[in-house]
Amino acid sequence: MEQIDLSHIAITAGILLLLTGLWAILTQKNIIKMIIGFSLFDTGIHIIMVGVGYVRGKTAPILDEAVNLQQAAREVVDPLPQAMVLTAIVIGLGITALMLAYALRLYQKKKTLDVKNFNDLKW
Amino acid sequence: MLKKVFVVAVLVVFAILLFRSYGLMDAGTRLNPVATRYAQDGPEEVGAANLVTAVIVTYRGLDTLGEVTILFLTASIIGFFLASGSHQEPRSAQGTGTSEILQTAARVITPIIFLIGIYVFINGHLTPGGGFQGGAIVASGLVLMLLANPGRKVSHTLISAVESISGISFVILGILGLILASGFLDNSILGPGRFGTLFSAGAIPVIYIFVGLKVGAELSGIVSNLQQTTKEDT
Repeated sequence: MEQIDLSHIAITAGILLLLTGLWAILTQKNIIKMIIGFSLFDTGIHIIMVGVGYVRGKTAPILDEAVNLQQAAREVVDPLPQAMVLTAIVIGLGITALMLAYALRLYQKKKTLDVKNFNDLKW
Repeated sequence: MLKKVFVVAVLVVFAILLFRSYGLMDAGTRLNPVATRYAQDGPEEVGAANLVTAVIVTYRGLDTLGEVTILFLTASIIGFFLASGSHQEPRSAQGTGTSEILQTAARVITPIIFLIGIYVFINGHLTPGGGFQGGAIVASGLVLMLLANPGRKVSHTLISAVESISGISFVILGILGLILASGFLDNSILGPGRFGTLFSAGAIPVIYIFVGLKVGAELSGIVSNLQQTTKEDT
C-alpha cells in the first residue's frame, strides 16, 4: 500500500478546516460563533501554507546538530512559508481581538448577540 | 430555504476549487531557489541557527516592523473603542470569589510562565520560538493573573511605557543598521559571535527582546481593556 504523504494530510486537514470555518461564518446566528468561524478559516489557511512549504523527508529549518551546515539547503524544509504564517497568525490574532471588541460593544448596546436583531442597515 | 441552497453552493464551489488545485499545493522534493539561498547563505550572513528567525528579523525585517505596527494599531483601536462611551462608574468588584485553588496556583505558576516567555524570546535565534511567541506567553501569564483576581487593575501607564520604549528601540536599532551596516535592520551592527550560542547572530537577540516586550505589552493591554469593560458591564 502506498504511504500517505505528510503534506497531503496537512493540506486536506487545512481545506476541511477552512470549509468548516466558512460554513460557520455563513450559517451561524451568534456573533461569537461567527468569530470562531473566522478563526477556523484562518487556521485552515495557515495549515495549508505550512503544508505547501514542506519538502519530503527533510527536517525543520533550525541548524543544530541534526543538520550538516555545509549541506543545509539539502536537509531542511522551506523556512519562508513558516515566517509568512507567523506574520499571518499575528495579524489574525489582531483581527480576532478587534472583532471581539466590536461584539462586546454590540452586546452592550442591544443586550443580544443574535445577528437577526442587528437590522439597522437593512431596508 | 433559498439561503441554505446558496450556502451549500458556495461551500461546494470552494471545495471544488481547493481540491482541484491540490496538485499545485504538492510538496516538492527539493527547495525552491529563494529558500536555497536562505539556507545556504543564512548561517554565514545572519548567523542565526533558526532560519525562520533569520528570515523574519533580517531578510524581511521591514515586514516584521509592519506587523508590530499593525498589532500596535489593533491595541490602540481597541483601547479607544472600548474606552469611549463607557462613562458609568466602575462598580466595586465585590467578592466574585474565585476559588482558593485557582488563586494559589496562579501565584505559583505566573512567575514561571513569565520566565518561560522571556526564555522563548531571548532564545528566538536558536530554538523554535521568538519575539511574538514569547510575547504571547507573557501575556497568557497576565490572563491567568486576571482570572485569579478579577478585581485586579493592571497599570496602563506601565504597559504603554514598556510598549513605547521597546517600539522606539526597535526602530532605532533598524536605523543604526542603516548607519553602521549595509541597510535598515541589518543585524551585523553587533559582532556575529559564535554560531549556535546565545550571543550570536548580531543584533537579532536584542531586536527580539524588544519585539517580545512590545508584543507582550500590547496583548496585555488588549486583554486588560476587554476585561475592564466586561467588568463595568455586568
